[in-house]
Formats: sequence, C-alpha cells, structure tokens
Amino acid sequence: MVDALRVIRDDGSADPRLDPALSEEDAVRLYRGMSLQRILDNRMLALQRQGRIGFYGPSLGQEAAIVGAAIAMEPEDWIVPQYREPGAALVRGMPLKELLCQLIGNAEDPLHGRQMPCHYVYRKGNYLSISSPVGTQIPHAVGIAWAMRLRGEAQAVLVFFGDGATSTADFHAAMNFAGVFRTPTVFLCNNNQWAISVPVAKQTASATLAQKAPAYGFDGVRVDGMDALAVFRATRDAAGRAREGHGPTLIEAVTYRLGPHSSSDDPSRYRDESEVAAWRARDPIARYRKYLEHAGWWDDGREARLEQEIGDEITRAVQEAERAPPPALETLFTDVYAEMPDHLRDQRDDFLAPRGR
Amino acid sequence: MPAMTMVQAINNALREEMRRDDRVIVLGEDVGRNGGVFRCTEGLLDEFPERVFDTPLAEGGIIGTAIGMALYGLRPVPEIQFMDFIYPAFDQIVSEAAKMRYRSGGQFTVPMTIRTPFGGGIRGGHYHSQSSEAYFCHTPGLKVVVPSTPKEAKGLLTASIRDPDPVMFLEPKKLYRSTREEVPEGEVLVPLGQAAVRRTGADVSLIAYGYMAQVCVEAATKAAEKGVEAEVIDLRTLVPLDEPTVLASVKKTGRAVVVYEAPRTAGFGAEISAILAEKAIEYLRGPIVRVTGFDTPFPYTLEDVYLPNSDRVLAAIDKVMAF
Repeated sequence: MVDALRVIRDDGSADPRLDPALSEEDAVRLYRGMSLQRILDNRMLALQRQGRIGFYGPSLGQEAAIVGAAIAMEPEDWIVPQYREPGAALVRGMPLKELLCQLIGNAEDPLHGRQMPCHYVYRKGNYLSISSPVGTQIPHAVGIAWAMRLRGEAQAVLVFFGDGATSTADFHAAMNFAGVFRTPTVFLCNNNQWAISVPVAKQTASATLAQKAPAYGFDGVRVDGMDALAVFRATRDAAGRAREGHGPTLIEAVTYRLGPHSSSDDPSRYRDESEVAAWRARDPIARYRKYLEHAGWWDDGREARLEQEIGDEITRAVQEAERAPPPALETLFTDVYAEMPDHLRDQRDDFLAPRGR
Repeated sequence: MPAMTMVQAINNALREEMRRDDRVIVLGEDVGRNGGVFRCTEGLLDEFPERVFDTPLAEGGIIGTAIGMALYGLRPVPEIQFMDFIYPAFDQIVSEAAKMRYRSGGQFTVPMTIRTPFGGGIRGGHYHSQSSEAYFCHTPGLKVVVPSTPKEAKGLLTASIRDPDPVMFLEPKKLYRSTREEVPEGEVLVPLGQAAVRRTGADVSLIAYGYMAQVCVEAATKAAEKGVEAEVIDLRTLVPLDEPTVLASVKKTGRAVVVYEAPRTAGFGAEISAILAEKAIEYLRGPIVRVTGFDTPFPYTLEDVYLPNSDRVLAAIDKVMAF
C-alpha cells in the first residue's frame, strides 16, 4: 500500500504527533457508532435472507471510514451520503426505528416506501437523500458548500463516495467546481477496492485516488481507512480548513469491502477469499478497540454490555417497525410537486375511487 | 412603459427577482462578463457581483451544483447555453432534481429554474436548434414552461423563479428579438399552468407553444381570408397542462390541429392528441392532425423546410375542414 496516514499503532497507542486527543466520552461514542453499524449490518443481512426486508447493502470493513468521518463533522455541517453509510445517519441522530421503517418501506417510513432499502434521509441531521446512480451526489455537495460560502456561514459539507465514483463525469465536474470556487467541501472517497466486481486497478491507472486532487488545485490525503482515528483526524482537519475559507480537500480512505456489494451480490464470483482474509485481519473495529483498551477505557465487561444494549435496541426497533402497516395508497401521488397539479389529482381520484361491481 | 424584446424582458425579470430576493443566483457558461451568448444576463454581474457566476464548461456540474444550492435553500437560475447541450445534465435533472421531493418525502426540495434557449429558426444546425421538451414533460416532478411574448416571458420567468419546484424554462430563440412588446417595470406574474387564447374562432382549434404559437396565428389569419375561423391556443406551460382551456376550445370547434416543431414521434403534441381522443372524441368532427418537425435530426440548410410554417398549418386546417 502506498503510504497512508495512520494514527493507531500496533500496540494500540495513538501516534502522539497525530492523536486527535479525543475525550473518553467521544472516543467511546465513536466505538459505539462503529459497533452499531457492524451489528446492524449482520442483523439486516439476516433479516433480508428471511424475506423481511427486500434488500440490504452492508458496510462491513468500512466502519472506521464512515463513522470516523461522520463524527468528525459539526452538527451544523451537512453530510451527503453515497448509500453505504447507515452509521453516519445514526450518529447524526436518526432514530433506529425510522431507519428500520425505511428498510421495510412501511407507513411510518418518512419516504412512504418510495425508495429501495438503504436510501434513507434525515433532514433534521442535515443528512441528504440518497439516489442509486453512482456519483450524482458529489456535485450536490459542492453546490451546498458553495451556498454556505455565499451566505457567509462557517459550515462545511462531507460527501461520501466510492472508488468507482471517481470514474464518473459528476466526480470530475464536482472536483473542478470545488477547486474553482473554493467551496468548503470534504470529499471522502471510500476506496474499498471493489466497485461490485471491478477492482480499483481497472477503475483508474492512477497510483492513488488522492493524487487526483492536486490537478484540481487542492490537497488530497491518503489515510488508512481501517484506522478510525486517522479518518477522524483527516476529516476534522479538512473540515476545519474548509470552514475557515481554505477550500476543499479530497480524503482517500483506503479500506476494504469485506462483505458483498449488496444482498444480491456474490463476491466469490470475482475475488479470492485469501484477499478478503488479509483485510479481515486488519478489522477496523478490533483495531480501534485495542486503542480504547490501551487508553484504559474498555474491557470485556463493557464490550458485553454494549453488544447486549445494541442488540436489544435493534430487536426493539425491528419489532416496532414491523408493526406498521404498508404506506397509504394516497402517498403514491403526494410530494411529486409542492401542490398536486390537476392531472395528478385526476389520476389519484380515479385510482382511489371505489370500483363498481 | 418600455418596449422590450424577449431577451430584454428575461433580463428584466432576472434583475428584478435578484433585487427582490437575495437567494436568487445566476450561473452558467458565459453568463457573467459576457452577459450570456444571447445577452439575457447582460449587466447582472455588475449589479450582483456576488451572485452571478461564470462556471466551468460542464452542464452536469452547472445543474448538479445548482441542485445543491437549491437544497440549501437558495433559488438558483442556471442557464444551459443551448438546449442541445443539456444532455450531460440530463441525469441530474431527471434523476435528482425531479425526484428529490418525492424520494425524500418532502424533506428536501429543489426550487431551481433552468433557463435554456430552444428550437429552430436561427440557422443553428442540429446542435443549436433542438426542441427536447418531450423528454422533460415525461418526467414527473418537473414543470415545463415555454413563453412566446416578451411580457409573458417576464411574467412566466418570475413565476418560475418563485415556484417551489424545479422548472424547465424553455426560451424560443427564434422569438428572442423578433418582436418588441410593452413590458411594465416592476412585478409581472403569469401563473404557471394557464394557457392563453391568442385568437378566438369557431371552426378549428390550433394548439401550439413557443414559436409555433406565432406560426399558428399567421395561419389563422390566412385561414380567415378563406372564411375559416381558427382559434389559437398557446399552451405557455406544458406541465402542468391547462387541459380545461384546450378541451373547451376543441369541444367548441370540433376540430384540432396540434403544432410542434420537435420530431413527430412521441412529441408533446402526441400527448395533446391523446388527451383530446380520450376526453373529447364525441365532439370531434374530423381527425386530430399534427403538424410537426420530421423524424430526422434537425437540418441546417433545409431548416425552413423542416420547421412547420403557416402554409403547412393551413394545409392541415384544410384537411380537417374537408373531412
């Protein structure tokens, strides 16, 4: 691997030159966020296999690169997700039950079952809506950041995308606009090595993704994406610079998608298990736990209590979410426009009218 | 009250909305110092140096970042220099802007007005002449507006900028400077979703928008010389469509000629024809006839042959009258 920023050393200590010096409370919050995403992923994949949700996209292996970045942002900042960041939505305050209702697509889903699972949105947490086409969210993040700058607000935007997205026209346009207009955008590229079945070496001939940034006139940094403190540190620094008017940063978090692309994907068709095993040995949660233990903030007892607590929360959320009925038929027609136009009203009325005979 | 071209009226609308609302942002290729290749944004950079932006040459970036601005609460008015260049932004328009309200359950919205010159008549060949409105009319979540007079261009653009949903504002460039009209200073509003009756008549309804509305008025004048009174409906907004005005006219005349300069197959006039067939067939005294561009790319030298003119509309009137 080309050199990447690392903070947590093999013995679990934090490199003193780079240690973001988290308080115990913040450090544990980060661990909890990563653990929640991991346990949630495993439970949701099981739920999908049982036919209780239609689809799921897990983030196994990317917990540090997702939660570590999200937690480094301030509450008034915005997060523009790709589609693999439930941990980011949850640390922004999204209730677990709301997320479950979205995965099911029921009447209590704020989206009224209009989107596939994993396309949740949480306006209260400045967490943007998700679309499936890859890379389309990157220019939005630049536009939001540009607007913040125009309005004189000291805010920043964190946008998530993957290695595959760096091939898109939207990535290029967004990076270019961000450089030209010096928008307060933190580009967080989760280089998880695989865009479904295509490895990053076939995605680009660049030695790194971070090196693309200087061509757009700003810095790119490469961090060990399995190191939550490295991701946190790089993101917090980039966001700080952005808020102070020093423009965007590209962060390449070098990580690995340990699981399938989605519940519909079988990675054994395109990659060798030995590669996965090598990355699994660098598990970001195990690594971060070592750091917590080294700091004297964690032990088996706390681990057991946390797992129990998260497990119970998820069980409760699933039970509550599964009680909700399907969305009302009326919701098929609302939210297309601010006010329902006549032609849509006619279609709705015709559809909802009691059928004769 | 000054007489303005449509270009001047659009400029006036932008200027007044930017004065009224500091959330209104203008961005696009050459819209700043150059004032736009058609001069619609002339002078705006001088008055609003913080809110008018010459962007890099990337339509997807222009619309994608404008969406971001709108998500944050601004009122961006991006310009796409020619509608023929809009396709790199197509995904951003149809997959992102159009669906944002629906897919987020109303949590996020995109109050953005995309201005773009469209249509033929300026010797632009097929990359400066297309009428691509049908693609956008087919996308739920978008509104599609086409002015045909300077004063109404001001009123419709003002209403579009104030609209809470994404609006495609298509400017018929053939009409940019072809006529002048008194345009009041200060607020002019033409509500979206209302057609205009340009000429009343009892014998046949001509239904069109943009430059073709003017062609239909010419054709109606010629038809009157032959004793046929044609009614001309200028749709002004394609989505949402003013169905009652269209249906009332056709129910009265019993005959319909639908005119659009885009290729015929699956053009927006096909939707008009279908609505008439569904909702007014018992009033029809002849077939619904379309007068359109051909199902070819837009030509350069033979542009005048491609574009429907008043004689072709007149021939269609003769056909439905003789049925």
